[in-house]
Amino acid sequence: MGVTGKIYGINGPVVSILGNLGFQMNEMVYVGETRLVGEVIGLTKEKTTIQVYEETSGLKPGETVEGTGGAISITLAPGILNNIFDGIERPLQAIADVHGVFIPKGAEVDSLDRKKRWETNVIVQPGERVGPGSVIATVQETKSIVHRVMLPPGVSGEVLSVLPDGAYTIEEELARIKTDSGEERVLTMAQKWPIRIPRPVAKRYPADRPLVTGQRILDTLFPIAKGGTAAIPGGFGTGKTMTQHQLAKWCDADIIIYIGCGERGNEMTNVLEEFGELEDPQTGHLLMNRTALIANTSNMPVAAREASIYTGITLAEYYRDMGYHVAIMADSTSRWAEALRELSGRLEEMPAEEGFPAYLASRLSAFYERAGYVENLNGSDGSVTIIGAVSPQGGDFSEPVTQNTKRFVRCFLALDKSLAYARHYPAINWLTSYSEYVGDLSDWYSNHIGVNFVACRNRILDILTTENRLNEIVKLIGSDVLPDDQKLILEIARVIRLGFLQQNAFHKEDTFVPMEKQLKMMEVILHLYERCKALIDMNMPMALLRESDVFEKIIAIKYDVPNQELALFDNYDRMIEEFYQHLMATNA
Amino acid sequence: MSMEYLGLSEINGPLVAIEGVEGAFYDEIVELAAEGKKKLGRIVEINEDKAVIQVFESTAGLSLLNTHTVLTGRPMEIALSEDLLGRTFNGIGQPIDGLGPIRAEVTRDVNGQPMNPCAREYPRNYIRTGISAIDCLTTLIRGQKLPIFSGNGLPHDELAAQIVEQASLGGEGQEHEKFAVVFAAMGVKHDVAEYFRRRFEECGASSHVVMFLNLSNDPVVERLITPKVALTAAEYLAFEKNMHILVILTDMTSFAEAMREVSSLKGEIPSRKGYPGYLYSEFAAIYERAGIVKGSSGSVTQLPILTMPNDDITHPIPDLTGYITEGQIVLERSLHQKNIYPPINVLPSLSRLMKDGIGAAYTREDHQDVANQLFSSYARVGEARALASVIGEDELSPMDKKYLQFGIAFEQEFVGQANNEDRTIEETLDIGWRLLHILPKEELDRIDTKILEKYYQP
Repeated sequence: MGVTGKIYGINGPVVSILGNLGFQMNEMVYVGETRLVGEVIGLTKEKTTIQVYEETSGLKPGETVEGTGGAISITLAPGILNNIFDGIERPLQAIADVHGVFIPKGAEVDSLDRKKRWETNVIVQPGERVGPGSVIATVQETKSIVHRVMLPPGVSGEVLSVLPDGAYTIEEELARIKTDSGEERVLTMAQKWPIRIPRPVAKRYPADRPLVTGQRILDTLFPIAKGGTAAIPGGFGTGKTMTQHQLAKWCDADIIIYIGCGERGNEMTNVLEEFGELEDPQTGHLLMNRTALIANTSNMPVAAREASIYTGITLAEYYRDMGYHVAIMADSTSRWAEALRELSGRLEEMPAEEGFPAYLASRLSAFYERAGYVENLNGSDGSVTIIGAVSPQGGDFSEPVTQNTKRFVRCFLALDKSLAYARHYPAINWLTSYSEYVGDLSDWYSNHIGVNFVACRNRILDILTTENRLNEIVKLIGSDVLPDDQKLILEIARVIRLGFLQQNAFHKEDTFVPMEKQLKMMEVILHLYERCKALIDMNMPMALLRESDVFEKIIAIKYDVPNQELALFDNYDRMIEEFYQHLMATNA
Repeated sequence: MSMEYLGLSEINGPLVAIEGVEGAFYDEIVELAAEGKKKLGRIVEINEDKAVIQVFESTAGLSLLNTHTVLTGRPMEIALSEDLLGRTFNGIGQPIDGLGPIRAEVTRDVNGQPMNPCAREYPRNYIRTGISAIDCLTTLIRGQKLPIFSGNGLPHDELAAQIVEQASLGGEGQEHEKFAVVFAAMGVKHDVAEYFRRRFEECGASSHVVMFLNLSNDPVVERLITPKVALTAAEYLAFEKNMHILVILTDMTSFAEAMREVSSLKGEIPSRKGYPGYLYSEFAAIYERAGIVKGSSGSVTQLPILTMPNDDITHPIPDLTGYITEGQIVLERSLHQKNIYPPINVLPSLSRLMKDGIGAAYTREDHQDVANQLFSSYARVGEARALASVIGEDELSPMDKKYLQFGIAFEQEFVGQANNEDRTIEETLDIGWRLLHILPKEELDRIDTKILEKYYQP
């Protein structure tokens, strides 16, 4: 067992003990009579410093601090999915059942249900050799997901005995092995893992498969790869949370870990309600069946907010080890950075930029590096994709969290205030956003969607960039004086903005759009552009072209063409041809 | 009874230090007595037997020798019962209306506890305020926290009072529901508190109002606790007495200033603009105490008011607030100068809960579309105005001229209304449609075709 000590000083969430009593760095401790969970974060000869994951009011000097001998870790076993936890993996529903509406201090509940019996299928045989990550049993955790019970990393040996298939709790023996060092070891479903240490993998693959999201601006212009990293920065009210919700609902990951880190309570309730009702497009079961939520709302203790990010990524890595593709939504990493700042201030550390601690960058990079498309220890493939929201102070992207995040992510989706004000959603600015994955993914696009996909994408982006340049001129002299070919660019860019980039999350057809339809939409828009360009080149004025309602019809494609009836696109191509022929016949 | 200690080791503004205390705990309330006067304080830091106490009143009169300190053994608590209604208290919950103490049904720790997201009910019921810009574009939902971002000299008080009046007395089908207002003033001028008192009286609501007043000449430290006291009362009335509570907190800027003052006295490391690093957490501890919980029919709706220093929305106070609250109503000086009341700049204003509380089931089927279109068209007005300021209005294209016309009409007829005008949601939406008729049909690209056919008749 660990050592014990006596509280000397208390300052907010930081508690100190006089002297060095042999606590370990990052050891999990219980603080005071109410047994608040804490972690050792500083050791000197004179003083041991502990951050407490709960409200410290009521704590007295002299109360006991008890070490657990291990680093702060979480329990990994069936029961994680379709559940909601706080920042240190305490199940909020169970707390609500016991304690009611408010979360009391020192609420002691088990992370996972220890009484529930899971129907288990043991798949190893006595005599079999097993290694780290070897699957010894499977459990249907939810309707969508089979939980593979694995050997913890670092353990290997020979199976001595197994139990028959049946219903077991997470702590009951499933099998017994003789480890390579000759000890006998009992295997259960549950394993513990320290949250600050990445779970090991065999090898990392390049990120060359996209995370398909059904959101046009993402899939087409700024794709995210499976195992990749993306940041969504935006001031308040620009739609970060909305974008994250859309991704969590529609992206083609097997498992979603949604971390509400220092965000609003009502938002988490909304996710909980909505995901409990919506169907997962891949499996047809409820979304919650593939989701685990971590809710450390802004008024919950700040130290647990700092831990929530690590808890989330550890859960994600655990499911990745089973061979699943996991996507993490971290909303918001700025709140986490602020928790670091707050704790750093309490520790009286020397502040760096804007009061953030100097280790902000290294912590951020260590977090984002835990993403990846990997080969697991057991030979299966899996991935962890991290999509982190950033809430820059004052909406200013030059602040330290945004800037440091930018260094470690490869896809940057900048949300724009003026787009949000005009209610252009998703308010992702196509001029300041970027994705480094386009090149890596181009083979996949050619093989799976269409050889011209990347070319179309580049044309679309080119038109939008040109529009921006022309708008500079328009701002000075008005649009009337532009030559007709430039007016056409503005008109087509308008079609792209309204008909393609804007996507209505509340519309049945528009909320998720398959890649094939995205390509068709681009093709139709570019077809329209080619034909109009030909007409303009024959000196027809733009005003004449605008008399036709073809532009508005193309804009309405997103609503008018159902996702399953892509054959309807032929009508649009025909319409464009007719429009062209008609103008040629009457005006040429 | 607990021990009494004589003497202090240090006095520094509102902070005092005492040595040799036993059994003190973090956040405990202590009583300090000197020369017959009693003051309350709160322990904000302990190191073994040394405690730092933050005194809620002025430390004038305390000396290192004559001060008697008693540990009360409890955190900051207030007495609660339905008798609160109609009463006035100071910033730490002591009655100042001369009617004596409250008969306590329960006492509660003012720090509250975080609400479990699993036990929350997602807010869906809209509150009709009778103000078009709010009802149509930034709909207020029961259980929401929707701050008013204002500036000095703007009519935020008038607007808040109008919302209270019309939301409490208006609404069809709301008469049988119990409604009350909790008003917390932090460092506001006496005139402002008096103004609210008079408005509540005029509309006959004063028997449903609980006031907590910390005026600008009251002790600074006291106002750190005022919103917590007020919200403890609000939570009690809402979740235990099943009432609908509207909480007005004014002015959150003074609250933040007080925090900065105390933090700097404690010698803490400052982060942005000298505010302590925990400003966000402190704000969150206040704003998150709004909502609806399962198993109770009451609700806490917050309407905090803050004045943006130098009208700067990126200042840490409005900035951090906006990240916690569910939207914001932004007042704009240039509209005020054009004599438009309420001077709400709708573009940066937002209600995050609106999407689930409007539409056919709550307001009217066309509500979301009209709102989107008004936002989008008004954003376009801004572009046209920017262009006009460069090339002159005469040179604008006919379409841009139409937008200018729409912009003026929108500001005067839709946003602008009398300070006692109570519009129904139908009136509001109909005005919206009337204004949209200024623009040609092709320009209305945010409206579903079917809705457009039904409501847009040239």
